[in-house]
Amino acid sequence: MEPVALEVQIVTALLLTLLCLTAIAVVRMRGLFAAVMLMGIYSFLGACWMLLLDAPDVAFTEAAVGAGISTILALATLALTTRRAKRPVRPPALPLAVVAVTGAALVYGTLDMPRFGDPEAPANNYPHPSYVERTEEDIHIPNVVTAVLASYRGYDTLGETVVIFTAGIAVLVLLRGGRHRRPGGAGDGGAEDAP
Amino acid sequence: MTGYTILRVVSKLLIPYVLLFALYVQFHGDYSPGGGFQAGVIFAAGFVLYGLIYGLTEVRRVAPGRMIELLIATGVLVFAGTGVATMLLGGNFLEYGVFAPAHPSTGQHYGILVVELGVGMTVAAVMIAIYSTFAGRGQE
Repeated sequence: MEPVALEVQIVTALLLTLLCLTAIAVVRMRGLFAAVMLMGIYSFLGACWMLLLDAPDVAFTEAAVGAGISTILALATLALTTRRAKRPVRPPALPLAVVAVTGAALVYGTLDMPRFGDPEAPANNYPHPSYVERTEEDIHIPNVVTAVLASYRGYDTLGETVVIFTAGIAVLVLLRGGRHRRPGGAGDGGAEDAP
Repeated sequence: MTGYTILRVVSKLLIPYVLLFALYVQFHGDYSPGGGFQAGVIFAAGFVLYGLIYGLTEVRRVAPGRMIELLIATGVLVFAGTGVATMLLGGNFLEYGVFAPAHPSTGQHYGILVVELGVGMTVAAVMIAIYSTFAGRGQE
């Protein structure tokens, strides 16, 4: 296996350090506006890191959804509620212990995982590597990811699209459903939907 | 945010390129990273930026709620419809080769292009709809 270049290692370490620092800053912060902005930065750093791991597709999505749209949605929430978090009534010892134990369990779990880029790793052997070899011949396109997503595994992607469709409809129903039941405020939503 | 001239001018310059980049990611997915999912969220991000600067009313003028809701369903129908079309042409569900029996790989190109378009439509429309409904709650 080819060793990772030193500059890539340095940038990775830098990005991961910044990710940790951002996460700690968000947790310690009481001002929610700054916390939302830092969450956006967190997503953006994550996107940069995914780019380093040669996953530009995921990096696109993380930058657009994580740093962009979800930041806007969180800001919209702040506009409806308040800009400052309440002081916790209970001491943070128990939640801290739960988080520490869960985190330790997750780190322990990663110890058994194959090394990044290991050719023997299950992720690099299933689905069968022949997809990579066959794509050029079957479909004549260089992007194997697109070939697998849209053609070889098209049925899965149809399922994913239906999931997004269902989730979107569910969120819209939840966000709009409240209007009709609000006492006294009748007419604002109901009149709009009336024929 | 009508008073912020710099924001208005910069976003007006940027938004066409955001949308253009989304279309590039959408239709160039065979050759470079990306596809319907990525293109959809980038396209929606352009609308969200427009809404932030010019207000939700303007976004609803460009993309009326009814049209966005139709697009959500149309995207899924385009994807599933492609599968039905391949079955009607005598192939299996989503077996794109039958679109061009002489050159199966060309049929694959058509199929991938169309289903990615369906994915992009649904994703972009869902994102715009959620943003516009969510951001609209504070203004009632």
